[in-house]
Amino acid sequence: MKIAVTSTGSDLDAQIDPRFGRAQYLLIIDVESYEVEAIENPNIAAGGGAGIQTSQLVVDRGAEAVLTGNCGPNAFRTLAAAGLKIYTGLNGSVREAVESLKSGELTPTEGPSVPGHFGSSG
Amino acid sequence: MKIAVASGKGGTGKTTVAVSLALSVPDAQLVDADAEEPNCHLFLRPSIQRTIPVYMMVPHVDLTKCDFCRKCADFCAFNALAVVKEQVLVFPELCHGCTGCVYVCPREAIVARQRQIGEVEIGAARGMVFIQGRLKPTEPSAVRIVREEIAQIDPKGGPAIIDASPGTACAVQDTIGQSQFCLLVTEPTPFGLHDLKMAMDVAQELGVPSGVVINRNGARDSIIEDECRKRNIPVLLKIPFDRRVAEAYSRGQPLVDAFPEWRESLRSLYREIERRVMT
Ligand code: SF4
Ligand code: SF4
Repeated sequence: MKIAVTSTGSDLDAQIDPRFGRAQYLLIIDVESYEVEAIENPNIAAGGGAGIQTSQLVVDRGAEAVLTGNCGPNAFRTLAAAGLKIYTGLNGSVREAVESLKSGELTPTEGPSVPGHFGSSG
Repeated sequence: MKIAVASGKGGTGKTTVAVSLALSVPDAQLVDADAEEPNCHLFLRPSIQRTIPVYMMVPHVDLTKCDFCRKCADFCAFNALAVVKEQVLVFPELCHGCTGCVYVCPREAIVARQRQIGEVEIGAARGMVFIQGRLKPTEPSAVRIVREEIAQIDPKGGPAIIDASPGTACAVQDTIGQSQFCLLVTEPTPFGLHDLKMAMDVAQELGVPSGVVINRNGARDSIIEDECRKRNIPVLLKIPFDRRVAEAYSRGQPLVDAFPEWRESLRSLYREIERRVMT
C-alpha cells in the first residue's frame, strides 16, 4: 500500500508538515518497502484551492491514505471522494508517523480538522 | 458622473463622507458598494422599492456523459473542479463563473446552472436614488453584485457617489475603474498612510484621477499631506478631529446633519471634483 505524508523535507527523517494543501513536500511512501517518492508541492503558492490540487496529486500517485497535521474541508471532500483514508493530528518525523500507522495506532479522521484557508497566509 | 469613495482600510469615515457628499449635491445617486457590510442605510433609512437578484453560474456535470478526461479541471484557473476516481467534484465557492469549463468539455457533459449570490436593492432616501448590494455571507466575491449596482445607476440622473468597500480587493478595483474620479478617505496615522498608498496605487494604475480627504485631522498631522505632495495628488478636504463628529456617527447621523456648516465645504469639494474631471 502506498500512502502520502506531508513533510518539510524529502526523506523519512524529515518532520511532518502540519499543512496539507500547502505542505512543502509530499512523500509517497510504500509502507512495505519504505520506498519514498518525494514531490515538491507545486501548490504552495496557489491562490485558492491548494487543498484540492494537492489532493488530486496524491490521488493520482496512487496513495490510499494521507498522513498530515491538518486537513481543510475542500481537501477532505476530494480525498474522501477518492476513497482515501485521512489521518490528521500527526507530528514528529515522517518515519514515526508511518510506523504508528503500521502498528494500528491511528484512527482515520471523520471530517475536516480545520476550517478553510488554514495553511494560507492571505 | 461617477465618483468612487474609497479608503485603503475600514473605519476611516469613508461612509460618512460619501453620505454627506451625496446629501450636499442636488439629485445625487448614492450607491453602497460595500456589499459584504452595507452600512449607508443606517444613516439614510431608505425605503427599498425593488430587489434584483444577482446570479452566478456554477457548473453541473452529467456523469453519464463524462469520461473523466480531466480537461475541465486542468482548464479551471481557480481550482474549482477536481476529477478523482470516476467523479467530478465542483467547489462552488471557488468558481468564478467564467463558463470556460462548459466549452472545454469535449463531451458536452457540463451545463451552466445558476445560483443566487446576493441581490441589489433600489429605493429612495431623502430625495436621492439609493442603491445597495448585499452579498450572501458564504460567497467569496462581490464583483458581480457591485457591477449590477453600477449598472443600475441612472445615466441621465445626477452624480453617482459610490461608497466602495474598504481595502483594495477586486470589487474595489472594479468600482474605481468604472468611476471618473476616486475620492480617498484616510486618517493621519501610519496605518492610514500605508493603506492610502495602496489605494492610490490602484487608482493610478487604473488611470483614474484621485483626491484625498483627511479625516480626524490634527494640527500637526502632516504625514498624509507629505505623501500627497510627493505624488501630486490634491488634498481636497480636511475634517478636523472632533469628538462630536464621532458621536454623531455613532448615533447614525451623517456629518452634514450634525453640522450643517459642512454642507458648503462638501459642495465645494464636489465642484472641485467636477472641475478636475472636466478639464
Ligand atoms: S472535461 Fe467533460 S468529460 Fe472531461 S472530465 Fe470534465 S466533465 Fe468529464
Ligand atoms: S466556470 Fe470557470 S471558474 Fe467555474 S468551474 Fe468552470 S472553469 Fe472554473
